[in-house]
Amino acid sequence: MNVSAPRVAAAATPADTRRRSNIELGLLVLAILTILCAYALIGLARTATLPPGMAAYGGALAALAVAAHLVSRRLAPGADPLPLPLAFLLNGLGLVMVNRIDYALIARGQESSLAPAQTVWTVVAVGAFCATLVAVPDHRDLDRYRYLIGVGALALLALPSVPGIGATINGAQLWIRVAGFTIQPGELAKLGLVAFFASYLADKQQLLSAATSRLGPLMVPPARAFGPVIAIWGVSLALLVLQKDLGLSLLVFGLFVLMLYVATGRPAYVAGGAVLFGVGAWFAYSAFSHVRLRVAIWLDPWADYQDEGFQLAQSLFALGTGGLAGVGLGQGRPDFIPAVATDFIFSAFGEEAGLLGTTGLLLCYFLLVGRGLTISMRCRDGFGTLLAAGLTILFGLQVFIIVAGVTRLLPLTGLTLPLVSYGGSSLLANYVLVALLLRVSAAKRPPGATP
Amino acid sequence: MTAQLRRVAGLLFALFAAVFVNLNYLQVLRAEDLSNDQRNSRVIIREYEIERGALLAGAGPQVAPVAFSEETPGPLRYLRRYPDGPLYAHVTGFYSVVYGRSGLEQAFNPYLVGSAPETFARNLGDLLSGRQRQGDDVATTVRPQVQQAARDALGARRGAVVALDPRDGALLALWSSPSYDPNPLASHARDTVVADWERTEADPAKPRLNRALRQLYPPGSTFKIVTAAAALEAGTGPAHTFPDPPALDLPLTTATISNFGGGTCNGGRPITLAKALAVSCNTTFAQLGLQLGAERLVRQAEAFGLNHEWEFQLPLEPSRIPADLDAPSTAQSAIGQRDVRVTPLQMAMIAGAVGNNGVLMTPRLVNQVTDPAGRTIVTYGPQPLLLPGQTNAQALSPQNAGILRELMVGVVEAGSGRNAAIPGVRVAGKTGTAQTGSGRAPTVWFVGFAPADDPRVAVAVVIEEGGDVGSEATGGRLAAPVARAVMQAALAEAPR
Repeated sequence: MNVSAPRVAAAATPADTRRRSNIELGLLVLAILTILCAYALIGLARTATLPPGMAAYGGALAALAVAAHLVSRRLAPGADPLPLPLAFLLNGLGLVMVNRIDYALIARGQESSLAPAQTVWTVVAVGAFCATLVAVPDHRDLDRYRYLIGVGALALLALPSVPGIGATINGAQLWIRVAGFTIQPGELAKLGLVAFFASYLADKQQLLSAATSRLGPLMVPPARAFGPVIAIWGVSLALLVLQKDLGLSLLVFGLFVLMLYVATGRPAYVAGGAVLFGVGAWFAYSAFSHVRLRVAIWLDPWADYQDEGFQLAQSLFALGTGGLAGVGLGQGRPDFIPAVATDFIFSAFGEEAGLLGTTGLLLCYFLLVGRGLTISMRCRDGFGTLLAAGLTILFGLQVFIIVAGVTRLLPLTGLTLPLVSYGGSSLLANYVLVALLLRVSAAKRPPGATP
Repeated sequence: MTAQLRRVAGLLFALFAAVFVNLNYLQVLRAEDLSNDQRNSRVIIREYEIERGALLAGAGPQVAPVAFSEETPGPLRYLRRYPDGPLYAHVTGFYSVVYGRSGLEQAFNPYLVGSAPETFARNLGDLLSGRQRQGDDVATTVRPQVQQAARDALGARRGAVVALDPRDGALLALWSSPSYDPNPLASHARDTVVADWERTEADPAKPRLNRALRQLYPPGSTFKIVTAAAALEAGTGPAHTFPDPPALDLPLTTATISNFGGGTCNGGRPITLAKALAVSCNTTFAQLGLQLGAERLVRQAEAFGLNHEWEFQLPLEPSRIPADLDAPSTAQSAIGQRDVRVTPLQMAMIAGAVGNNGVLMTPRLVNQVTDPAGRTIVTYGPQPLLLPGQTNAQALSPQNAGILRELMVGVVEAGSGRNAAIPGVRVAGKTGTAQTGSGRAPTVWFVGFAPADDPRVAVAVVIEEGGDVGSEATGGRLAAPVARAVMQAALAEAPR
């Protein structure tokens, strides 16, 4: 099915638009109250008093929220009111947890000042959210710069492999050092790839959808049409080989295959993608010892508990210790899990807030994914539909891959938990992602629009 | 594209649902296992946040902590300290981040961390009012002077000393040699702990083995107390005489039982039961064993606590005598050889029961638990030890206990136990020298009590492999002086 037939769009009334904006504002207030409650609880657990900077902290959050809200109210009127408050809530809870991890590390005699850095990044990220809405008055503008964006994304992906500016952290070469900051250009590159894929697929939709031959139950497009799939597969393998980044590689490939399916409706692409994934996985497993190690740890984290399996075992202990209701915010031991502020922050919530807390986080993510797909479905142009779908798939897959990794559902692949993990590039990219979703959802629906 | 988007939504929903199911598995189904897994240090760390109660020794004004917690600036808040080092190690046990707990540290852990069911109401109050939870103090019955006397008298020799008050079962000394220092094991530095553990683990003398409670020894001639008790209960009086051969042929076998030194006990003349006990005559007691039969002997041993698993405040190896003895085994068991195996605690209890008019008391190491404000939370008072299948704790009748006591006084005054004699005090006792195999030096014993007529202390001393004199060792020569020193220390304390 495609969207070439324009539907009669009910023009949003000004009252409707205002009502949506007010819902967003109300939800932002709720999000801030929730964040402040968590912040207060952690302060109470630590010193039995409310944290001293509570009012200033609340004020800063409110200022950021109001700024983001006013920009979205002005520049994206009628946009979906849920994504921004959900993103803000997840971001705020992440900040609280990063702050709490600082305390835990300091209490053990280590230096740690992740929270101030993450706070600065939050301001930058909200700024990027506003800037995106300003710079992209209509999402179709992105369609016009297809190749510029595509080349830019590939360049960003390749940047960490450039000698001199690339930096290797924890065995993965994903960072670049610029003026004392380490930046993960891959985070922004992912958004660029989504925009490029959306644009490319919207353009070639008819061509790629044509199925000419039959293979078993599947109608199969001509072999030539699989070219792009194989190309992206190559890119993701290159990512794996050059940067040792399992997570990003898996994410990029999964994203493309699903977007291709959305664009064409051909399950053959999914089947072909699965076969290529199998080949790639087999290749990665036999070629790279770090991939074999990840799989071995996944199969039995207890075998080498003191060493290789330590991190995952600690994560499972944290989740189990948390149980149903958690040990209480501020009362767990997040410092026992290596990399707890980035990859394993979900487990820190699992220990302190229990299944109730982890379920709450999952629900927030799921709501965001649900809104994203709804925005995609409601969009009247092919590019916008694919853009919103791609952004949402990217976001949802990343949440799944990292949470499944830290809970031992899948082998662990290092990815951040979107909006919650410590890490500025990821936070910034996800705010831009939310801004783009709002942009698509606020799009005017011109009656004659064609993809 | 809506149809495809719906399918993608379905896929993402399925992925999230899988994560949610897995989280339920981890945080509900497996939560208990994971949170209590011994490799999960969270539980123990939280325990270290509590000021653990002290373990106390001594009575009245001399009460002193033998284990206490002190605050440290490290990530683990409280450090466990044992001010006397190895002296009380087999009483307190150790408290380690790496290896967990042992001894009273383990057995009374719920009290020491202040979370025993008895303190539930208080803890609820603490929780509501935000008060820091504190552990409760556990008071032991151990008397420092007696414990020190046991350590000093046994010296470097491997063995154990148990001293108890026969009237109420309170343990006055519980010493196992060699001992170990629990302080390094309580260290918060993992390397220190592991190094110390591996060193003591590799030590052939097994310093962490609690010989007083966990090591089974052949009782040798000290078991003749049990045989004599069985004989008295069966109506054989102390003046009853037996033939005095130099060796006794065991029925159904070619084996014989001979006396210590290879001769007769009374120059070949008929020997009384009293004399036979005093000089520890093997042939007499072997005959007595054959006359009594296996059933009476085993029943008497079981009345003293063998072959039963009764409750004790620390892990205890049950002492045992095989129940299905043939005639030669009965004769050998009657003199404490063959497969009879006892702990030092069991032998001290047997001596105590004889001294306490035949009543076996439940041994106690802890007599009360008090909260930090000094209020008593639980007390463990004197209790006769009621064994399964018995209606009272009378191991033998008061009359026969009185007779046996006099026989045991004879051992110390005019027999093999002279080295245990204390000037001005009537001491009852029995020596033992158990062969543990050809070419190996014997395990030697002394068990007894004092003052004989109104005992305040019963003692069992065991020394492994001949102590420092090898095959020359006898219970009278090596163990009796140790017992004397320990009994003197106990009697020097003000009568309770």
